[in-house]
Amino acid sequence: MIHVSTKINGDDVEFLCDPRETLLDTLRDKLGLTGSKEGCGTGDCGACSVTMDGRLVCSCLVLGAEAEGKEIETVEGIADGENLHLLQEKFIEHAALQCGVCTPGILVATKSLLEKHPDPTETQVRYWLAGNLCRCTGYDKIIRAVMETAADLREAS
Amino acid sequence: MQYHTPSSFDDAVAIAKDAQGVTRFLAGGTDVLVQLRADIVTPDVLIDIKKIAGVSEISREGDGWRIGVAVTGAEMTEHDTLGKEWPGLVEAMDLIGSTQVQGRATLTGNLCNGSPAADSVPAMVAAGVTVSVTGPNGARRVAVEDIPTAPGKTSLTAGEMVTAVHVPARGAHAGDAYLRFIPRTEMDIAVVGCGINLRLDGKKIIEARVSLGAVAPTVLLVEDAAKAIIGTELDDAALDALAAAASVACKPINDKRGTIEFRTHVAGVLAKRAAKIAYQRAEAAS
Amino acid sequence: MAFDDVKTDNFKVVGQRVKRPDGIDKVTGKAKFGADVVAPGMLFAAIIRSPHAHARIVKIDTTKAAALKGVKGFVTRADFATGLKGGNLDILENVMAGEKALYDGHAVAAVAATSALIARDAAKLVEVEYEILPHVTDVDKAMLADAPVIREGAADKSVPEGMHPNVVRYHESGHGDVEAGFAAADLVVEDSFLTEATHQGYIEPHACLAQLGKDNKGELWCCTQGHWNVQKLCAEMLGMETSQLRVTASEIGGGFGGKTAVFIEPVALALARKTNRPVKLVMSRSEVFRATGPTSSTSMDVKIGMTKDGIITAGEGTFRLQGGAFPGAPMEFTAMCAFAPYNLENVKQVGYDVLANRPKQAAYRAPGSPMAAFAVESVIDELCKKLDLDPIEVRLKNASKQGTKASFGPTWDRIGLVETLEAAQTHPHYSAPLKEGQGRGVSCGFWFNHGGETSVTLALSEDGTAQLSVGTPDIGGSRASMAQMAAEELGIPYDSVRATVADTATLGYNEVSHGSRVTYASGLATIKAARAAVKILCARAAAKWGIDEDAVVWEDGCAKPSGPNAGDFDPLPIEKLTRSMGRTGGPIVGHFEATPEGAGVSFATHIVDAEVDKETGQTKIVRYTVVQDAGKAINPTYVEGQFQGGAAQGIGWALNEEYIYGEDGRLQNAVFLDYRIPVASDLPMIDTVIVEVPNPGHPYGVRGVGETSICPPLAAIANAVSSAAGVRLKQLPMSPPRILAALDKQANG
Repeated sequence: MIHVSTKINGDDVEFLCDPRETLLDTLRDKLGLTGSKEGCGTGDCGACSVTMDGRLVCSCLVLGAEAEGKEIETVEGIADGENLHLLQEKFIEHAALQCGVCTPGILVATKSLLEKHPDPTETQVRYWLAGNLCRCTGYDKIIRAVMETAADLREAS
Repeated sequence: MQYHTPSSFDDAVAIAKDAQGVTRFLAGGTDVLVQLRADIVTPDVLIDIKKIAGVSEISREGDGWRIGVAVTGAEMTEHDTLGKEWPGLVEAMDLIGSTQVQGRATLTGNLCNGSPAADSVPAMVAAGVTVSVTGPNGARRVAVEDIPTAPGKTSLTAGEMVTAVHVPARGAHAGDAYLRFIPRTEMDIAVVGCGINLRLDGKKIIEARVSLGAVAPTVLLVEDAAKAIIGTELDDAALDALAAAASVACKPINDKRGTIEFRTHVAGVLAKRAAKIAYQRAEAAS
Repeated sequence: MAFDDVKTDNFKVVGQRVKRPDGIDKVTGKAKFGADVVAPGMLFAAIIRSPHAHARIVKIDTTKAAALKGVKGFVTRADFATGLKGGNLDILENVMAGEKALYDGHAVAAVAATSALIARDAAKLVEVEYEILPHVTDVDKAMLADAPVIREGAADKSVPEGMHPNVVRYHESGHGDVEAGFAAADLVVEDSFLTEATHQGYIEPHACLAQLGKDNKGELWCCTQGHWNVQKLCAEMLGMETSQLRVTASEIGGGFGGKTAVFIEPVALALARKTNRPVKLVMSRSEVFRATGPTSSTSMDVKIGMTKDGIITAGEGTFRLQGGAFPGAPMEFTAMCAFAPYNLENVKQVGYDVLANRPKQAAYRAPGSPMAAFAVESVIDELCKKLDLDPIEVRLKNASKQGTKASFGPTWDRIGLVETLEAAQTHPHYSAPLKEGQGRGVSCGFWFNHGGETSVTLALSEDGTAQLSVGTPDIGGSRASMAQMAAEELGIPYDSVRATVADTATLGYNEVSHGSRVTYASGLATIKAARAAVKILCARAAAKWGIDEDAVVWEDGCAKPSGPNAGDFDPLPIEKLTRSMGRTGGPIVGHFEATPEGAGVSFATHIVDAEVDKETGQTKIVRYTVVQDAGKAINPTYVEGQFQGGAAQGIGWALNEEYIYGEDGRLQNAVFLDYRIPVASDLPMIDTVIVEVPNPGHPYGVRGVGETSICPPLAAIANAVSSAAGVRLKQLPMSPPRILAALDKQANG
């Protein structure tokens, strides 16, 4: 077992993990942060998306041990207490989710996109999110929610 | 499985040299962790090289570049000069996987995974990229095309590891391009890939390297394809000769991703398209 | 309003684009899906699966695995009930192999251990000795005389004599004289079509958590489209009494028909009983592809005759479906849906259900219908091209409508096909210019829709709000539409209704969320349950006022005196009646249980523009429009979502998704990397038009909408691609190698 000290959604966290355990396993099974989902375990679906030191990654393709000294942000850290992030509000308003299992990953990925590219084109959004599979929506309402969030955030800033 | 985080290449090599069983080096993990999860390869010893100083840096090396072995695709894309000099190389790396994968995947990992369909490898071969290799018997410099030997196999010997990627000086009037064919727009493994790097004197091509991926057990450097365009102004006859030479060089297989006929035909199509882009870039370069 | 009125206008809540009640949980990561549930002391399980397409299981040796620290127990087929028959035996056989492994990925044993890693390690140490048998995975080859027999004696009486034992069921329907019809045609086109198996591709793998003691009292949490079905099947397989097993449906991360069956749930229960510990079992993605329920693959022949002015004189189709190693391929649906959009004097359809060494097929959104539309609508498109006729005009000329006889027998009630065709015809998309290299395709599609056993309870709280318990897992936002219907009836705000998916101990039996039945059947039951509660509210008001119950009406959330007593008393709002309910007769609860049979059928017309790169065979979908009859859209946003989702899945099926089996009978592409569902950058925005032709069988006119949206896309895209490429594509998926091969064949003969 490896001892790991890390920071998750701003909180200092310590855990022990098997070297084979992925960060996703650790988040879900050790830390009870089940918002990140395992849709494939091979980096193809994006449902486990988190950021590590600000970089968007699939937590299924990161070892728990690699979190040592890093700062991890998950879907559970997007809202500010009970106040939803505008992106979360827009996803509900636009029905940008049906079953909702891809939603955590898509929200984490989109938040990361908008931090880097506040004024994305539709094409840019589609390619940025190409690693986040959604089987319910056909992406239409997701893209609309993202574009509208981006526009509103630009206006607010 | 043991997990190590050495702080120097010497330490990493020492661990690898003494390791029992299957050893893997971990940089971005986008192949290693997939193979682990899918029970394809479960290493006995995993050596995470990201704590070694300098592995995440892109730096000038003469007029060329030195790219650290843990530099991610996203870092290459975000670099303000590398992509201006070597757009084909940077775009090839950027094509691999999703935004998430780009946050982790590395050139070195893509090379050492040994896949004939690795996107960055034809671009590196076309660009004339070399890598530094260190092992129990010392260090050596190896051309990228000499690293893969068969699907999943490389010429690296036990305990050897790549310690840096060296991109040559761009020089004047030159351009590169990489194109791949995938059925979707993203998230697929190349069915065919083609990297082209060329230099002009006026309108005439005076140097060229053409490389193909996913059409043979290893990435190919196709000299006949380069010859087909050297000395030409990339007119239609030259493009047709290029396509023909590219197709002839293919030794593909039928598999779940494509047929022999398809790969052979599309190799020629991509060679033409990539050559045109590289040519335009060379013309635009001062 | 009288108790059983049909309401078609003046809606206050219905038709509004309200926010879903589970929205916040799902955008914050709080929602509990199948794999998110834990229990104290729980073990983790892993399944040992056959690597062979067809093999006799000689011996299973767990000695080495059992020696691993942390391993707590194993189960094999011997740990399940015996004596099952028919369909239930097939399901058990699929859940855990008996004497033979019948496909690559077939479960042969399972292990429980203290961690998921240990369970996986233990599974690798279980030694299974197999005697490999010859296999077949292709539907046409499985029907040939020399094909290996997959299961002896599986055929039923419907199969004509002389067929291979792998043909297990046969269907024939139609009317008129097709030969006479073809003779009367100016042009007859006949062709053959192939489609590969596809997978529903839900993002959430199957997952469950089971508890079961030696007393045979159990608890099960799982992601399923129907937990009463899980309860019934698991109880049967474990040899329990049904009522002793309580099943709770978690949030479900997509199903599309694929989570109507059981796969891992009985295994987890068996391990829980064996180890006397809670057991969690979660499938990996490759297990989902190899060992759940993909669609059938098909081989189809279609022949259609048409006059030069576009009247179809006869249609005939033969549909061969393999549905894996067990009977059940939905070939009768394929046959019945094939010509359903058209009013034909002469029609004949034949279906074959064929066994192959593949996993047992499961439903996928209008099971069987999309393939039929692909074949039939391709032939109609070819006729239109050859006769130089407008494809929508031709479809309008032949369209089924109220009073015409369906191709499979019944006479149509009020249906909306013509309305969808007219809306498509006048949509700007249909007349928009195409660019070089692009082609446009249209297609109609049909699905039956379904009612099914349904049970709903609506309990009023003392503050005048409502708790609505439904038994159909919410697979697309149905809690929102249920709450809207309840709020409409009660005359209270949408937010004052809390809709919950109840567990099996709380309601009567509910059929699976399938057949596009939820908004129809649970919706109908919700309306009736609310009306039952309103009836009690009115009775309480009548008692208070001392007037006759029939003299009280319910309007805007209040009881009001009516008739001769109108205006005699102030209206009594709901909260006044509920606050006193303990003293006026007790809790007020409305409920409704029935098997509604008035599910209105649904038709759609799709228009799609595709662009084909003739040098590489790559297709890009550049524009897509869905026009579909929803009867009544309770929540238009979620109806649009169903239309868009079905279209997107159809695009994947048409272009890139397929099960690829090797010569060894093993699935080659059991990962999302190579099972290529559409990604965001593959698709355009998907335009939608909601047509509302009310269903006479629902109080608000609702028709199911979930499934019909996947019926037209395969054909519409094939027609668009065929136009763009200049060659008819007859095999799905229309992957780049297939398109290039078709172009090459056309150019070189």
